[in-house]
Amino acid sequence: MLTILLDGVAYGMLLFLLACGLSVTLGLMNFINLAHGVFGMIGGYATALLMNRAGVPFLATLPIAFLLAALAGIILERTLYRRLYGASPLDQVLFTIGLVFMAMPIANYFLGDQPQQVHLPPWLSGRLEFQGVGIGVYRLFLIGVCGAIAAALQIFLVKTRFGAQLRAAVDDARVASGLGINVDRLFAITFAVGSGLAGLGGALAADVVGGIDPAFPLKFIVMFLIVVTIGGSNGILGAFVGALLLGVLDVAGKYYVPSIGAFIIYFVMVLTLILRPQGLFARGDAR
Amino acid sequence: MSATASVAARNRLAAHLRRRERWRWWEIAFWLAGLAAIFAIPSRVGLINEILIAGLFALSLDLILGLTGIVSLGHAAFFGLGAYAAAILSSRGITDPILGLLLSSALAAALGLLTAPLLLRGSDLTRLMVTMGIALMLGELANRNGWLTGGADGLNIEMSPVLGLFPIGFTGQRNAALYSLVVLFVLFLVARRLAQSPFGLSLAAIRENRLRAGALGISTSRRIIAIYTIAAAYAGAAGALLAQTTQIVSLDLFDFHRSADVLLMLIIGGPGYLYGGIIGAAVFIVLKDVISGATPEYWEFWIGAMLVALVLIGRERLFGFGRKAIGRLAPGHVQA
Amino acid sequence: MSGPALEARGLVRRFGGLIATDNVSFAVQPGARQALIGPNGAGKTTLINLLTGVVRPNEGAVILEGGDVTALSSSQRVRRGLSRTFQINQLFPDLTPAESVGLAISERNGSGADFWRVAGSKPEIVAEIEDLLARFGLESAMDQPTRTLPYGRQRLLEIALALASRPRVLLLDEPAAGVPEEERRDILAALAALPSDVAILLIEHDMDLVFNFATRISVLVAGRLLCEGEPAAIAADERVRAVYLGEDAHG
Repeated sequence: MLTILLDGVAYGMLLFLLACGLSVTLGLMNFINLAHGVFGMIGGYATALLMNRAGVPFLATLPIAFLLAALAGIILERTLYRRLYGASPLDQVLFTIGLVFMAMPIANYFLGDQPQQVHLPPWLSGRLEFQGVGIGVYRLFLIGVCGAIAAALQIFLVKTRFGAQLRAAVDDARVASGLGINVDRLFAITFAVGSGLAGLGGALAADVVGGIDPAFPLKFIVMFLIVVTIGGSNGILGAFVGALLLGVLDVAGKYYVPSIGAFIIYFVMVLTLILRPQGLFARGDAR
Repeated sequence: MSATASVAARNRLAAHLRRRERWRWWEIAFWLAGLAAIFAIPSRVGLINEILIAGLFALSLDLILGLTGIVSLGHAAFFGLGAYAAAILSSRGITDPILGLLLSSALAAALGLLTAPLLLRGSDLTRLMVTMGIALMLGELANRNGWLTGGADGLNIEMSPVLGLFPIGFTGQRNAALYSLVVLFVLFLVARRLAQSPFGLSLAAIRENRLRAGALGISTSRRIIAIYTIAAAYAGAAGALLAQTTQIVSLDLFDFHRSADVLLMLIIGGPGYLYGGIIGAAVFIVLKDVISGATPEYWEFWIGAMLVALVLIGRERLFGFGRKAIGRLAPGHVQA
Repeated sequence: MSGPALEARGLVRRFGGLIATDNVSFAVQPGARQALIGPNGAGKTTLINLLTGVVRPNEGAVILEGGDVTALSSSQRVRRGLSRTFQINQLFPDLTPAESVGLAISERNGSGADFWRVAGSKPEIVAEIEDLLARFGLESAMDQPTRTLPYGRQRLLEIALALASRPRVLLLDEPAAGVPEEERRDILAALAALPSDVAILLIEHDMDLVFNFATRISVLVAGRLLCEGEPAAIAADERVRAVYLGEDAHG
C-alpha cells in the first residue's frame, strides 16, 4: 500500500512541476492558458530526441528541455500572449485552444504520432526494497528532484526580492506597478520559468506516461487545470498540495477501484468547486 | 406633448421593441434552402444530417453563451447523455423515435438542472472547470459501465419509423435528415420566441451586466438555471437525433474535443442571433469534409489557426459588418 | 406611514484588518431629501453597498420601511422598494434605453419572466416606458444602443433605470460624477423632478449640488457618522470644516 502511496506522491510531484507555471500565470495575470501542456510536450520531445537520436545522456538533456521550453515560452509570450492579457475569458480560451490545435499536428507532422520513448539509464531503473516496501528507483528520483525544485521555488519566492515582487504582483498587480514594480517584465520572466518547468516536467514524465506523443497537451491539460482548481491560484503551495492530492488519488483510485478509474479525480474536483470555489488555498478575499 | 404625438411615440417605441418579431426574407430562404438541399443533393444527405444535428447542438450552446454570456467547455456532457439515453432506450425496447427523443432530452435537462447551481459561484475558471469536469465524469462513467453503454464497442440501435410512417434506418437516410430538420426547426422556433420574450431580454441583461440586472430586481440565479436547463435539453435532443439517425454512439461524444468543436462552430457563425450555430456548423463540417479529403491529419491545424486569427483580429471587427447586414434576432450585440 | 423609510442600525463592516463601516446608525424619513457627504475613503460606497445588500454587514441591521432586510439579497431588496444608482454607470451596453427601462418595468410588474410573449406587447408597459424616457429627455435616443449615448445621457439613464422599479427609497451614488458641464444641468433638473413621495439619499462630493438639493445632511468620516443636521448647521460646523479642509489627515 505504501508503494502505491509513494507512486502517487511521485506522480503528484511530477504534476506539480508541470502545473506550477500555470498556477502562477493564472494567479498573476488572470490568464487562462489551455496551451500550457504544449511546453511540457516540447521538453518531453527534446529529451526523447536528444537521447534517441543524438545519444545525449538522460541527465544532460534535462536542462536543455527546460531551456527550450522556456525559450518557446518567452517567444510566444512576447509575440502573442501579451496582446490578450485584458481579453475576455472566452477569448483566452479560444486563443489557447487554437494554439494547442496548431501545435499537435505540427508535432505529428515532424515526429509522427507514435509515442517517443525515453529509455532511462540503468542507474535509474529497477526497484529498491526498503523495510519491506518496494519503490521504483525512478519514482524515488522524481520525488527527490521535484521536491528539491519545489523547495527551491518556495525559498526563492519567500527570500528573494524578485520573489517578493512576484507575490506583491499576484496579490494586486495595479498596486504593485504603482509601487514601481515592472509587472510586465515580471510576467515575462515568470511565464518563461513556468514554461521551462513544464518542459522539465514533460521530460521527466516521459517514462511514467508511456512516452511523449502529439496528443500530450490535450491529454494532460485537464490534469493541470484540476491541480490549479483544487489548489487555488495563490502561489505554489496550493499547487503543490493540489498536485500531491491529485497524484495520490489518481494512482490509488486506478489501483483500488479500477471500475471507476479517473472518475474519482473529476469527482473530487467538482466537489472542491462546489464547496470552495476558489480552491483549497485561495487568497483571503475572493476577487 | 399632445395626445397624437404621444400615441405616435408609443407606436414607435412598440415597433422598436418588437422589431425582430417579423420573419425576414433571408430567414425564410434559409430554411427553404435547407429543405431543398435534402431533396436536391441525395448523395450528401448524410452530411446534411450531420450539419443539422451539429447545428442544433450549437444552437443549444448559443442559448447559454450567446444569449446569457456563460462560457462552457463541457457542453458535450448533455449531447453525449442524450445520445446514449436514446441508444439505451432503443436497446431496451423503446424504439419510437419521438418518444425516445423526448425522454432523452428530458434526461439531459435533468442533468442541466442538477449542475446549473454549480455555475453560479466562483470565478470564470471555476465555471470552465465545472463544465469540463461534468463532461469528463460522464465520459468516464460511460467508459467504465460497458454493461450499460456498450463501452468501446457501442450499442446496436434500431428505430421504428417516425410517426409510424417514415423509416429512418439505413434505407431511410433522407427521412432521417428530414426528421432532424423538423426537430431543429421546431426547437428553433421555440428558441426564437424565447429570445424575444421578456425572459430572453433579461438573459441578455444578465450577459451585459449581471450586477445591474440584479439591481433591477431580476433573480439572476434562477434565470441562469432555467436557461441552462433548457440548453441542456436542446443539446440532449441533438445527441438523441445523432443516435437515432446514424445508429452510432461512441464514447468520444463526451470528449473535450466535442465541446471545443461546438464552441468553435458557434464562434464561426457568430453567437447571439440564433442562426450562428447552424451556419457555423455548416461551415465547419463542409470545410472539414473538403480539407480532410486533401490532408486528413492537419484539419485540426487549420481550425487552430482560424481560432488564433479570429481572436487576434478581434471577433467584433470581423462580425460587426455581418451583423449590420443581417440584422439581429436576439436582443443586443454580443461581445460574450 | 410613521417610521423611517430606511434605517441603518449599528452597521459594522470589516475588510481584513480595516474597519470600513464603524457602528453607523442613521435614518432616512419618507419623502426625504437627504445627502451623505464625507471625504474620499470615508466609506460612503461601502455604506451604500451595505444598505442595498451588495455586501453583508459583520454586525448591525438594515431596516426598510419597518422590515428587517439585512438577510435579503440585492434583488430582493429592490423588489421591496429599495433602488440605487452606481457611481460608475452600470448599464447594458448593447441594449437600448427602451429595452433597459422596459426590462426594469416588466420585472416590477411581475411579467419579467414571461417567456412566451414578445417583449413590447403589453401596451401599459410601453406607455410607462415612453413616459419615463420622456421625463428624462431620452426619447430621441430610445432606440440607440446604450454604449453610443453621450456620457451625460447615460448618467440620466442610470437614474431612470433605478426609478423604473418605482422604489420607495432611492440611493443615488454621485449622480453628477464625471458629467461634463454642458450636461450637468439635465442631471440637476432630473434630480429636482424626482417624485416627492420617494425617500432619497444622495451621496455626493459636489457641495453645490448637495446644498441645493438636500434638506438634511449626514457626514461620514473614516467609517463613522460624524454629525447630522440641516445644511446651514452642517456648513457652519467646525468639525466638518476641519475634515474638508484637511486638518484631519485622511484620504
